[in-house]
Amino acid sequence: MSTCSVSKGCFVFKPSTKKRRLSDKTAHDFRCTSNDSEDTELRFVTCQSLWNQIKSETEQIQENLNKQLLDNLVSFLSRSHSDFQEKTTDWTCRMKFREIPTAALVLGVNVTDHDLTFRGLSDVLQDNITPYVALLEAKDCPGIKNLMQKLMGQLMKCDIDVDSLEDEDCVQVSQNRIRCSMPSLISWYDSVTKKTNSETPSKKRNSSSRHWQSPPVVVIFKDMESFTTKVLQDFIVISSQHIHELPLVLIFGIATSPMIIHRLLPHSVSSLLCIELFQSLSCKEHLSTIIDKLLLTSQFPFKLGEKVLQVLINIFLYHDFSVQNFIKGFQLCIVEHFYSQPLSVLCCHLADIKKRVYSLSHDQCESIRRLPSFRRYVEKQESGKQIELLTNDSFLKEETEKLLGDLHVYHENYVRILRCLHVFTSSLPKYPLGKQIRELHCACLENRVWETEEYESSLQLARMLNKTDLVTMLQQCVEILMSSSGKEFDRAVEKLKEFLTQFQNLEAEASQERDVSVSPQKELQKKTDLYHLQKTLLELKESRRSKKLTKFEMLRFEVVDYIDSLVRRYLAPADERALHEIVYFNGAAVLRGHLNAAPRTALHTALNSPHWYLKNQALRCDGGGISNKAPDICIVYKLHLECGRLINLVDWLEAFSTVVMAAEEPNADAASSDQVDDVIHARFIRAVSELELLGFIKPSKQKTDHVARLTWGGC
Amino acid sequence: MGVVLVNTCISLSKFLSWPAEETKYLPASSTVVEDDGTKVRKDKAQLSVSVKRFVKKLENISDNEAQEILEEKNYVAALGICAQGIMGNGSNISGGEVYSFQTPKRSNKMAELASELAQTPEKNVAPDDSKCPEKMAKTPQSSKRSGSNKVQQRSKKKEFVSTTPYRLRKRLAAPDPYLESESEYSASCSEEEDEDEQKEVSAVLSDQKTPAKTKAASTPPPRNSLAKKNKEQKMGNLVEEYFEAHSSSKVLTSDRTLQKLRKRRLDQQTLRDLLKNAPLAYAAEIRNLNQQHESLFSKWMLQLHLGFNIVLYGLGSKRDLLEKFRTSLLQDSVHLVVNGYFPSITVRSILNSITEEVLDHIGTFRSPLDQLEFITKRFKEDSSLELYVLIHNLDSQMLRGERSQQILAQLSSLPSIYLIASIDHINAPLMWDQAKLSLYNWLWYETTTFNPYVEETSYENSLLVQQSGSLALSSLMHVLHSLTLNARGIFRLLAQHQLEKKDNPSYPGLSFQDFYQQCREAFLVNSDLTLRAQLTEFRDHKLIRTKRGADGVEYLLIPVDDSTLTDFLEKEDEDV
Repeated sequence: MSTCSVSKGCFVFKPSTKKRRLSDKTAHDFRCTSNDSEDTELRFVTCQSLWNQIKSETEQIQENLNKQLLDNLVSFLSRSHSDFQEKTTDWTCRMKFREIPTAALVLGVNVTDHDLTFRGLSDVLQDNITPYVALLEAKDCPGIKNLMQKLMGQLMKCDIDVDSLEDEDCVQVSQNRIRCSMPSLISWYDSVTKKTNSETPSKKRNSSSRHWQSPPVVVIFKDMESFTTKVLQDFIVISSQHIHELPLVLIFGIATSPMIIHRLLPHSVSSLLCIELFQSLSCKEHLSTIIDKLLLTSQFPFKLGEKVLQVLINIFLYHDFSVQNFIKGFQLCIVEHFYSQPLSVLCCHLADIKKRVYSLSHDQCESIRRLPSFRRYVEKQESGKQIELLTNDSFLKEETEKLLGDLHVYHENYVRILRCLHVFTSSLPKYPLGKQIRELHCACLENRVWETEEYESSLQLARMLNKTDLVTMLQQCVEILMSSSGKEFDRAVEKLKEFLTQFQNLEAEASQERDVSVSPQKELQKKTDLYHLQKTLLELKESRRSKKLTKFEMLRFEVVDYIDSLVRRYLAPADERALHEIVYFNGAAVLRGHLNAAPRTALHTALNSPHWYLKNQALRCDGGGISNKAPDICIVYKLHLECGRLINLVDWLEAFSTVVMAAEEPNADAASSDQVDDVIHARFIRAVSELELLGFIKPSKQKTDHVARLTWGGC
Repeated sequence: MGVVLVNTCISLSKFLSWPAEETKYLPASSTVVEDDGTKVRKDKAQLSVSVKRFVKKLENISDNEAQEILEEKNYVAALGICAQGIMGNGSNISGGEVYSFQTPKRSNKMAELASELAQTPEKNVAPDDSKCPEKMAKTPQSSKRSGSNKVQQRSKKKEFVSTTPYRLRKRLAAPDPYLESESEYSASCSEEEDEDEQKEVSAVLSDQKTPAKTKAASTPPPRNSLAKKNKEQKMGNLVEEYFEAHSSSKVLTSDRTLQKLRKRRLDQQTLRDLLKNAPLAYAAEIRNLNQQHESLFSKWMLQLHLGFNIVLYGLGSKRDLLEKFRTSLLQDSVHLVVNGYFPSITVRSILNSITEEVLDHIGTFRSPLDQLEFITKRFKEDSSLELYVLIHNLDSQMLRGERSQQILAQLSSLPSIYLIASIDHINAPLMWDQAKLSLYNWLWYETTTFNPYVEETSYENSLLVQQSGSLALSSLMHVLHSLTLNARGIFRLLAQHQLEKKDNPSYPGLSFQDFYQQCREAFLVNSDLTLRAQLTEFRDHKLIRTKRGADGVEYLLIPVDDSTLTDFLEKEDEDV
């Protein structure tokens, strides 16, 4: 069946036999292109399980980060209608005020991440406070009527959930019939609360353990800024009239700043609200936590290369501030890595490595030998071992296992020392190595960090730290190193502790030495001529340079040197390690192409230098020009660049035919045919309408047979 | 135009105290006609005083510019550009090159470029020759003779009609009344200074064979300072061009129309036939390119299953590619193909085909949102339900609206709906804000195919394609046959009147009063109420259009082109 039609735009295809592809076939897709199909199944399973782990981990992190916020909100909500709980007594004073308790939730600009927060929020609320939670979005509520409809629909649905299914049908009916208005909402609320109160004691206990007798009704406005002011105002005014009958609580999701409430609502309306402000964690901190927990840990075997991490972070910082997108990018990295790297089957937890290494086939061994990092490694070995490595598969497997183990250990140590170094660099003035640990991580991955200028200058700065800072930093480092399970850092810890005790000793000594200092300044205050002054100053300078360092300074130097030695030992970039390709993903270009594409640039390149795509000698043209043999659309495009806002079609056509005829028969007598060939005319029409489709021109009524140009530049 | 250029510079340097060093070179490098030479020279004297003052400023500016370029590079580098390999698009182009502001264009530029391209022989011309800027070539004094020599050397390829070199003729052009009369050019608002320029253009166009450009040997400026000057000039030109481009809203184009070309318009069918016969250039390379894309099919499948959706961009129709994807991988699964370029496609019809054909649901929905909700519910309930959606041209006129995109995005965010779409318009990504992007969860794939957009453009009312009018004619006949004899007569009257006036381009239509009078005389109506009732009927069928003139009189017009109308009258005559 063809999908071209002049009367239809949608075509549905249903396979006649109802054999449907199921998701287990996904593994099949994994196999298709990679040449060796042996381990694809395993690879796919590894990939999926790794991703699932990471996914649950990130969800866990998210939950923990939001915990504080949610706790605050819950306590606010439970406080908000305490009066209402006490029933009847204080009604009158409440009526006077008519204030709706409102929580303003400032969530930050990454709107796309809010969904997750709100979902968590409504879950928590339904578990702890009230079954009556409604989530409203601006796009569903263009008018107050839609808003009420949506609200009641959602509330009554939660009602069904609570009451189980016993009287579902009656509610279902009523939902369709009920006129969506505040009074009907109130009557519904009354009936529901009465029902729960009059239910059997056993059930009551069950529900009241979670909710109160008259739980508040929570209405969440997900994106406060995009609601029309009219709708919001109306809703607030109406519901404030009924606040004594219906314990309503509003939650505003705010992306910009709390000021927006006052900009959207006039004073008369906002005075009906009793607003409390809640601030969520900023997205940058969120990202830092994610990076900390996902990348700077030895929990997951998969690692990101420097460029890749840089791309992901830059998309976050320059484009969207969305942690979800960052995680999506991370997922893509995992998929790409396992898809494109056949040896990624070895990218697994330490426990599985042995088994997997020994089940490698000969071909896979060969592909290990082809890895550049492994080749480099082999070249460093002595000749006997070289031959063994290159010829003996089982020897290679042993070596591979050892190397992978080394890689694992390297990473564990790397993370510790990185954190220690970060303790130092994050407190230096101007942060030469970056404030965030991710920047330091990138710098270390990129090349040998100790060879960089920034590292040099940060060491210089570290040599000027004062004692209290230095001591607290050392203590932090000790803590970090102590937390590691291995024995690798026992010596380092000892050494650092030794430094700490030395610092304490210094303190005692310092008190004795205090009176020793003789101020050379006094000499200067004597009356003297210029020459002598200069001389004394020079001498002073000399003496200072050669002045013996104090003990503290000596110790400080020692500490910094020791840290430096640790850095040099453990923070070597990963791509110097053998077999790093198996664990590190380095396809930054692929990633960037998929996530941060530049469609306009691609179009620009294709039109301006078709040679880039069509590898034909005839198209090659140096100096930014274009050959007259280029595809029609390129020529037409190139010609249109020479025009102003309006383009005369006749001139364009003539110019086009001149070029094309010259290209086709350069020696023919171009002058003889005054008329343009039909075929060329047709080709021109096609090219022009293609340009129109691409959005470069549009028809214009300003002048007959003219089109308007829509783009500028590119010429 | 050269004069204008100089004038602009001068005024610029005077009023804006903008660095104007480049003006020093202008008299030598632009097409200044000798008649105006004196004027220029006078201005130059004035200028030279100020020039020195500005040189310093200019250097600062260019430093700043260098700085900016550096920063831009840093940013680009920070984004991790390391696009190597075959498929990497031209990401080596910085944004500044792709988007820049409007630059002024001289009306003859296109013709010049065309002839330049036409002249380019198979083997590329030596770079210094082909790139030789015509400004230099037109150095006033020297080039007359040597230029013609050069041209004659070249004229092996080109027949030379006039032996007079183009440059020379142009010089003679000014006092020549003959050329003046021949000039076909007019601006929307013409300017005096451009008179000369226009003639030049007409001269170029009236005989294409004359090389529009004489490549004369010219003495290039001394080498050592060349680079710096070029840079300064570039900077200066940028500023100058900006102001020139934005100084006036007048557009200068030639008045020629397709009708004068004595060229019959092609209709859709002949166009198709013609193009079918025309061989596709670079077929092998294009096939090669497409094969590269086809190797990605299984990867697409994988990524679709993992929750991503795929969007294809790049020059060339991606329809065939997607069709191939469909036929090779989706045969065993339920899938929906949407031709976004179809002129009357709506989101509603997409949703309808999902509910009616995929989910076998009978019944209607109040709004697309309800429908979407229903679909969402069904797909969530039944996990075995899977649907692949292929959308050709997601950015088409009908689908690019905010609401349509929102609905499609929500649809695509369902875990068991797999969307793969293509976009073509340069501004297509502007359709999506962050929220929609996150719903779509796109993976971008560059698939430049260089395939002609055959299907996609076939619906478009293309500029040059003649509307065959067959549809309009048949509908006209159809509607009229269902009307009373009197009504047909009324319409006939109007049509005849319109045809009589077809030579008058500013014909506003027939005024209601006149029309009433004529109808009365023909015994077609007896009161203006009956006429109005008839007219309402016509209007409802879009047979006529009423327009209120400046004097408040109502004018009636049949919005059908003259040939169709003639055909219609002939047919009517046959019937009667």
